[in-house]
Amino acid sequence: MSRRGRSGASAAIPDAVVGLRTDAEQWLRWALLALYAGFLYAFVLAPMVQVAWRSLLDGEGGFVALANYLRYFRTPAIAASITNSLVVSSAAMVVTVVLAFVYAYALTRVRLPGRGAFRLLAMLPIFAPSLVQGIAFVYVFGNNGVFTRLTGVNIGVYGAKGIVMAEVFYCFPHAMLILVAALSAADARLYDAAATLGASRLRTFRTVTLPSVRYGVMSACFVVFTLVITDFGIPKVIGGKYSVMATEIYNQVIGQQNFTMGATVSVVLLVPALLAFLVDRLVQRRQYALVTSAARPLVPGGGGAARWALLVYCTAVAAAVVGIYAVIVTSSLVARWPYDFSPTLRHYTFDTIGGYTPLLNSVEVAALTAVAGTLITFGGAYLVERCRSPFNGALYMLSILPVSIPGMVLGLAYIFTFNAPDSPLNRLYGTLAILVVSNVVHYFTVPFLTATTALKQMDPEFESVGASMGVRFYRTVWRVTVPIALPAIVGIGMYFFLNAMVTLSAVVFLVAPGTELAAVAVLLLDDAGETAQATAMSVLIILIGLGVRTAHAVALRGVTRRTQAWRTGPSGPPARG
Amino acid sequence: MRRTWILLLSAIVLAAGPALARDTVVIYTALEPEQITDYMKAVRRSLPNLDVKMLRLSTGDISARFMAEKDNMQADLIWGVGATNMLVFKNAGLLEPYAPKGFERVQPLFRDAANPPAWVGIDIYMSAFCFNTEVAKRKNLPRPTSWADLTKPVYKNEVVMPNPNSSGTGYLSVASILQRMKEPEGWAYLDALDKNMAEYTKSGSKPCKDAAAGERAIGVSFEYVAMKMKKDGAPLEMIMPAEGSGYEMEANGLTRKGKDSAAAKQFLDWAISDEAMALYAKYFAAVSVPGFPVPEGLPKDVSKVVYPNDFDWSARNRERILAEWQKRYQK
Repeated sequence: MSRRGRSGASAAIPDAVVGLRTDAEQWLRWALLALYAGFLYAFVLAPMVQVAWRSLLDGEGGFVALANYLRYFRTPAIAASITNSLVVSSAAMVVTVVLAFVYAYALTRVRLPGRGAFRLLAMLPIFAPSLVQGIAFVYVFGNNGVFTRLTGVNIGVYGAKGIVMAEVFYCFPHAMLILVAALSAADARLYDAAATLGASRLRTFRTVTLPSVRYGVMSACFVVFTLVITDFGIPKVIGGKYSVMATEIYNQVIGQQNFTMGATVSVVLLVPALLAFLVDRLVQRRQYALVTSAARPLVPGGGGAARWALLVYCTAVAAAVVGIYAVIVTSSLVARWPYDFSPTLRHYTFDTIGGYTPLLNSVEVAALTAVAGTLITFGGAYLVERCRSPFNGALYMLSILPVSIPGMVLGLAYIFTFNAPDSPLNRLYGTLAILVVSNVVHYFTVPFLTATTALKQMDPEFESVGASMGVRFYRTVWRVTVPIALPAIVGIGMYFFLNAMVTLSAVVFLVAPGTELAAVAVLLLDDAGETAQATAMSVLIILIGLGVRTAHAVALRGVTRRTQAWRTGPSGPPARG
Repeated sequence: MRRTWILLLSAIVLAAGPALARDTVVIYTALEPEQITDYMKAVRRSLPNLDVKMLRLSTGDISARFMAEKDNMQADLIWGVGATNMLVFKNAGLLEPYAPKGFERVQPLFRDAANPPAWVGIDIYMSAFCFNTEVAKRKNLPRPTSWADLTKPVYKNEVVMPNPNSSGTGYLSVASILQRMKEPEGWAYLDALDKNMAEYTKSGSKPCKDAAAGERAIGVSFEYVAMKMKKDGAPLEMIMPAEGSGYEMEANGLTRKGKDSAAAKQFLDWAISDEAMALYAKYFAAVSVPGFPVPEGLPKDVSKVVYPNDFDWSARNRERILAEWQKRYQK
């Protein structure tokens, strides 16, 4: 703090100077907050208002108030789809969060061999387009699937059971990412206290571990529930006769180009998400900082028998993931699954879709999404969390709203908003930039919650100390907050990159001639009956994801070791204050 | 945050640059990628002055996209999109009537009745059953030959067809059954068919793909997909139903935005030229201009196997039929 010498040396420095600086800093905070609010307004709120408005119009644009809603609720088939949606979403939520919690616990709290590999394998389901995973599920468990033929047991994958299975698979990494962040931060002093007081393992788990990750668990539940209820890709492939609300939107929008009914269903779909949000807020109010400035990091323990049980469990989960991926890779390398297994590379030529250009476009969009997304979500989470203003509640809500917007609805809303002739932002339309923005918004919630979780577990005292020492807040952020949260930030960047590589439902409405994407090519190829080429393209998407993930891990290893030493090192945290 | 904006702005500038090139034409199409690759070679040869920018998506996706953009259209012309959807575009006032050079060669059944026409058909494809012979052998299923056969109890849970609510081709199958059998009987037939139906798929080609993968024994789909799956090595037999097939047509049209675009008109002229028709004829059972050879494995005279489809009737009754269908079969 060499600059401090000047003011520190002189006791006569007028209060006004200090006041001026705090003022300037305050202005900067508010300006950033306003910028963030502007982003949310332009790219989340305004498009959603468009959708809500359209649900009140008829096909010709006349105002019909709630007529669309009345029609919607009076159709008997529709009522069934609401119940169905709630059933599969709740089931998938419970199963996913329980499975992911145990997995995340094993990764963070037990010294498990090969933790890095387990973590990577569990992330695999976000490396490939969900469409292809649906296909792979059918290849394994379908009427003519490998499992079905080898065992003679047909589990009946078409329907609710199949949807729940495939959704659990698809949502697992999303839940795990949040739960790992939540479980990573722990104060060893609490565990020492519990041990000293003679609490059993189970009691410690119930009274220390669970309350400390309550916020993370709630967030994971909220995210999984909304991901499932808004997803139409999986129900479309293996839903069979089981109709859900998201496929109803698909029927209206894609099947009948009926945007007003599509908008109506979308608005209804926001209701459960809003309820989940309210519950989330109530729980969050009771969350407290875990990593106080005096905290001591928890060193993963040996764990005895539990460790072996968890190792077996993690191996089983990882094996299931690897199995599905092996099917994807194999089907891209044989002439025709399941009838002709002669090996071939011809599915990798992509001569009908312009070769590898879409793949390169995807990498560009994904990289931009990762950079922009990480900056905006982490910055946003910091501002909402640390800069008190009367609008923070609203900003928080807008920040976690995107997860409840089905991708298809987001894409359509962007057309309506940014393709309007009088919109100041209509230059964005038809560019790679709008694809980047739509990806950032589409995948906003999980990174935002991850960043918020990371920040909540960090004692605001770090900032108070910084402030009392006259350090500008952005320096504290850069020197303290960011390094502490680096694992979360790295995770956020990867999450954006991987999702941007595979996402489909929103960008299919926004790709333009010259901005074709690999995932859209997968959809096209599958649609044209070139399933093997679709899986081949997915294999390349997966390989790029793995390549980037590995490069990233290697490059960051040193940095992480340095910035995270306090978590594991014997030296303990810098116990200031 | 600022860096993001710089990135965004540079992306805008980069993307806006090429738009200044001359003779640019923006085409929305639902034709198969494989065909487009073939056709585009000829386009580049015959229309060297055109800079073609093409967006290719499935029929449903491209239609939704085009309709959603109607306040600020991007496409100059539509190439090869299902006639049912072209009628919807026409009724929404999104198409600009234009008579491409030589359109009088196109059989009247395959173009818009108005003159100048809002849309002109290029190719026809017919409903066909995709029958998986391997599954049939394993489950001891007889070979179905007619629509009536599909309602036999032996096929319970073995038949799939597209959902008319999500797929234009699915709607076409239902509409053609109702046209052929007339209404009360048509619905009675669909009731019986529903008892055997394992699933109503979202997309029109999926039933045949499911049959090709051995997931189902019989997929009610289209001849084009059936031929393709068979060629790829699936144990499939393509069956033309004895009562006659429904058919769908793919058509071209000028959009309101392409109204004054000479390039768009030039392309539409080419798209029904003999050169183009000869290329389409490599893939389809019939093209809209008579006198082109039929691909191997398809009936020589389409008019003998199709049941006449009244596209106008289908478009007019769509909402009513879909509502009735949902009431009966969507649980």
